[in-house]
Amino acid sequence: MDKTINQKAWFLVLPVFLVVAFSAVLPLMTVVNYSMQDTFGNNQFFWNGVGWFKELLDPSTDLGGRFLASLGRNLFFSLVILAIEVPLGIVVALSMPRDGWTVAACLVILALPLLIPWNVVGTIWQIFGRPDIGLLGYVLNAIGIEYNYVSNEIDAWVTVIVMDVWHWTSLVALLCYAGLKSIPEAYYQAAQIDGASRWAVFRAIQLPKMNRVLLIAVLLRFMDSFMIYTEPFVVTGGGPGNSTTFVSIELVKIALGQFDLGKAAALSLVYNLIILIVCWIFYTVMTNAGNDRKPQEGAA
Amino acid sequence: MHSIPGRRLIMALFLIFLLLPIYWLVNMSFKTNAEIVSTMTLWPHAPTLQHYKRIFTDESWYSGYINSLEYVVLNTIISISVALPAAYAFSRYRFLGDKHLFFWLLSNRMAPAAVYALPFFNLYSAIGLFDTPWAVALAHCIFNVPLAVWILEGFVSGVPREIDETAFLDGYSFPRFFIRILVPLIASGIGVAAFFCFMFSWVELLLARTLTSVQTKPIAAIMTRTVSAAGMDWGLLAAAGVLTIIPGALVIWFVRNYIARGFALGRV
Repeated sequence: MDKTINQKAWFLVLPVFLVVAFSAVLPLMTVVNYSMQDTFGNNQFFWNGVGWFKELLDPSTDLGGRFLASLGRNLFFSLVILAIEVPLGIVVALSMPRDGWTVAACLVILALPLLIPWNVVGTIWQIFGRPDIGLLGYVLNAIGIEYNYVSNEIDAWVTVIVMDVWHWTSLVALLCYAGLKSIPEAYYQAAQIDGASRWAVFRAIQLPKMNRVLLIAVLLRFMDSFMIYTEPFVVTGGGPGNSTTFVSIELVKIALGQFDLGKAAALSLVYNLIILIVCWIFYTVMTNAGNDRKPQEGAA
Repeated sequence: MHSIPGRRLIMALFLIFLLLPIYWLVNMSFKTNAEIVSTMTLWPHAPTLQHYKRIFTDESWYSGYINSLEYVVLNTIISISVALPAAYAFSRYRFLGDKHLFFWLLSNRMAPAAVYALPFFNLYSAIGLFDTPWAVALAHCIFNVPLAVWILEGFVSGVPREIDETAFLDGYSFPRFFIRILVPLIASGIGVAAFFCFMFSWVELLLARTLTSVQTKPIAAIMTRTVSAAGMDWGLLAAAGVLTIIPGALVIWFVRNYIARGFALGRV
């Protein structure tokens, strides 16, 4: 569909522009300002130039070490949950009932974890995993697997990952389900006539149709897991030690815990820049995928 | 042909996996604290409503739910009303900087809340909105407005252009066309967008907690009070958690037929 060129459209966009600029540009300017300064409290600021940024990227300093370690942990976390949630989400979407009231019931239950406040998600797993009062912790210990997420690093990681799978696999599943629903019945009938195997149907019909939504799912999940804060904070508080301290947790510790505004601001900017780059890749791929799709739409 | 072997079993196992932790929370909310700490019981042997009673009678508890709902509703109204005209503009027109603007909006949806917590605190303190529902509602706009624009743009693009043109030929003015014709046509899209604004504002804690202190504390922040010197009040914490799930469960039911499409951001 061709769009007409109309500069007056800016008037329609203006409210959005003002609202978002107010809550994004102003604060971001404050951050840039802080990132160049050092403070010793009492609102006294000293010029520090790019000092914080140098420190941030140098693992031998305290700040740099903490940042890079949390960044590494965060990337590892994001990759692990993507590797679990995407295949699992596809399997769940393929397992959806075909019709009847069970479809609505499954959809509602699937969406339920997505609508629970993030700190309550943390609370649910904090309780569920405790060896003394939680079902999971109690059962695991009862059958002889020693499990305690408060003191054991590996258990803490497993808990945080299982929690995220519990929380967000539904998103991937719902997206894939939306993609599968858009496949016309005729495709399947054609495949049946050709005697295509189950796997061939998946590879040749279902996967290509899910491409686009899968892309949305992967990138949304990557970015949201990359800025995860509340859930691990409630469950493990970043511990034991620093083993589950992700970038956001480190940032809040520095900004609101120690009130080290300069360091926190510099960290924020680098963090934001990483997200912005990933976001740009996402956007480019998305718009290109949209252009690829258009001719097909016309044909169908 | 459509689905995989053993699908019923897979689905059942996955749903159990989703529901089990929630069941445990509900289970605990009906137990007395003595029962929670002393024995491992799969269902409450001495069911009690004491925790719920406490929440509904203690103002410092139930006001938390009201505060949360207040900024969530405010945010949803602001987001949808500014996003609607913009979604129309992005869907129908090309204008100077449209692509850059769209990307900039999207990048705000992805910005980590932790980055903005401190500057927001400064900003809203400076203009005197700190500790009001407006502060949280406006702060949540940073991720909800882009999302609403994105979803609505998908739905507006689904309305054929001919409808606009016919309306204008019939002598409809732009505002009248917008309210009388376009809005009813994309009503389901508006519902889905509102659902998502509601959802993301409801589940967010970091900004809501940072921007409120006494008057408008959200329920999520009040829940942290159950940690006291005398140990955790697990039953009360569980009951408060269960009550935060209910609004979400209610709104899902209303949009259940559109959820899948909404999660695909109106783009399937």
